[in-house]
Amino acid sequence: MTTLTDPPKGAFRPSMLLYDSRYRSLTLQAIAAIVLACCFLYLYSNLAANLRAAGLNISYDFLGNPAGYDINQTLIDYTSQSTNWRAAVVGILNTLLVAFLACVTATVFGVLAGVLRLSPNWLVRKLMAFYVEIFRNIPVLIWIIIIFTIMTAVLPAPSAFRGENASSSMLFDAVAMTNRGVYVPGPYFTRGFGAEGNGALNWLLVIAVLVGSLIATRMVTASADAKQAETGVRPKTLWLNLGIWFVPVIVVLFALGLTWDYPALQGFNFQGGLKIGGPLIALWFALSIYTGAFIAENVRAGIQAVSKGQTEAAAALGLRPRRIMGLVVLPQALRVIIPPLISQYLNITKNSSLAIAVGYADITATLGGITLNQTGRAIECVLLLMLFYLVISLLISAFMNVYNNAMKLKER
Amino acid sequence: MTEAVKSPAQMTVSDEVAISIHKMNKWYGTFHVLRDIDLTVNRGERIVICGPSGSGKSTLIRCINALEEHQKGTIEVDGTLLSSDLKNIDKIRSEVGMCFQHFNLFPHLTILENCTLAPIWVRKTPKKEAEEIAMHFLEKVKIPDQADKYPGQLSGGQQQRVAIARSLCMRPRIMLFDEPTSALDPEMIKEVLDTMIELAEEGMTMLCVTHEMGFARQVANRVIFMDQGQIVEQNEPEEFFNNPQSPRTQLFLSQILGH
Repeated sequence: MTTLTDPPKGAFRPSMLLYDSRYRSLTLQAIAAIVLACCFLYLYSNLAANLRAAGLNISYDFLGNPAGYDINQTLIDYTSQSTNWRAAVVGILNTLLVAFLACVTATVFGVLAGVLRLSPNWLVRKLMAFYVEIFRNIPVLIWIIIIFTIMTAVLPAPSAFRGENASSSMLFDAVAMTNRGVYVPGPYFTRGFGAEGNGALNWLLVIAVLVGSLIATRMVTASADAKQAETGVRPKTLWLNLGIWFVPVIVVLFALGLTWDYPALQGFNFQGGLKIGGPLIALWFALSIYTGAFIAENVRAGIQAVSKGQTEAAAALGLRPRRIMGLVVLPQALRVIIPPLISQYLNITKNSSLAIAVGYADITATLGGITLNQTGRAIECVLLLMLFYLVISLLISAFMNVYNNAMKLKER
Repeated sequence: MTEAVKSPAQMTVSDEVAISIHKMNKWYGTFHVLRDIDLTVNRGERIVICGPSGSGKSTLIRCINALEEHQKGTIEVDGTLLSSDLKNIDKIRSEVGMCFQHFNLFPHLTILENCTLAPIWVRKTPKKEAEEIAMHFLEKVKIPDQADKYPGQLSGGQQQRVAIARSLCMRPRIMLFDEPTSALDPEMIKEVLDTMIELAEEGMTMLCVTHEMGFARQVANRVIFMDQGQIVEQNEPEEFFNNPQSPRTQLFLSQILGH
């Protein structure tokens, strides 16, 4: 006969640190932490010793000095007399601009291609497979260069638009596509606030109106939900929502006196309007189609991850295909799609540093390129660069994770 | 109802025809899955369909609510001819409930939302009323206390009972069961079968693909044996089990009842 007794409480022996499951993982973690700390300590002391030997010190004073170089595409006022810090900010804004634009268009391309790849139509399905395989299997840097080359080599020079028998003409007399960039009409206000009625305040007002419309449509949806809960019939809200989106903003734009400034050929180049530089377009488009191919695969995987049984059960209950997609398939597919989508957004942001290949003035090109070379402050510049990309990536990640958690499946 | 179970004969079967299938054929590509199926189901009838795997029994009941398309012959449900006309398909699906082997509950919705989804979006029922109906049927399958949980938090047997309640919320006149207990532990099989027996006692027209022969004996008033896409034999349960006619049926029964 056996009886259960407490296991003998032997005294602690040092060998238990390695051979006892209670202590083993703690021991290993402690060893790893010590080794890591030693590595950092060595690297830091090495850096400090070498800097001392070279007579250098870590200082960020250079950020306040004039940059002394020009930047071809800026979102804020900038001259070569501006400080290095301002040049860095120009670069940051340019990085954010191209990353934002590419995230939006890549998502559009990706969702379209991903859904169409599951189409019952053979031709559409194969075309989308072709798109995905071509674009995701060739490095994005090569796509950037190809598109930039097409823009500079194929598009006409501004001089081709000149004269009676010009070999090139503007689209709708408004858009000029040249090898220096694309010129489109630029909006400005004649009756607005600020200097010459054209201050930044006007755009803030327009944005405020759009935010108001967003809130109003949310309220319309909420009231439609309530109406449906009460009577069972969901009121039609499409026209009301369209009205809420378009009417107020058109009224405000009209009241501010929105006018378009058309680009026109003056001297050797186009003047007026809005110039979208060739490098920006090449980078934006390349990042969009390249990452779009990856997103297409994520979307396809997400939709296929929802089992056929779900669609069948919903159909057996009498739901129509559109409702099945909206109420049953998509809410489940999104859960599979969102986590890899976060990675793709991070990839776009980081890959935007390839801007340097086509001369787009992003943060890597300004702070990490010209400023670094001219001031020689390599360590400081690279640290700032790393910090910037880290912060942006973590912010995107945090934002998307909040969304992901809100959508997460509850089990047990 | 004080007695636990009534015998099949006591349960009423009307003369009214619920489902009539005539010379129905179906192919998957070149594979002939269903051959010349003729079947008439009266209102209140409880039919158990059995047969070896691949015999077409699931496909047959999936044709009845148009989850599968048939290529030849006719299917009529409650007087509505099943065609490719979406209106007819909608009408039939709203009258025919279905339970699946793997439950197919919607994992992103609570039990209550699973039950109210179709009444709200298909029947245009006000939410409050839909919730009352849902709670009524959840009480019937004896899990009203789980209404706010998600399917992943329930056991298999509970999930299948929710699936039954979800179908009942659409107030179907016919219920189809596609191997409802095949994915369950023995303990859970009983709770699901009890729910189905209760449904049968209330006079629901039922077509059930299952290998639960005890259930067939107790509830069915007709057992159909299928093999290779054809109805080989059909009879009342007693006759079917005690005196099978075709050799194929005899072999099948000896195999599943043998142990």
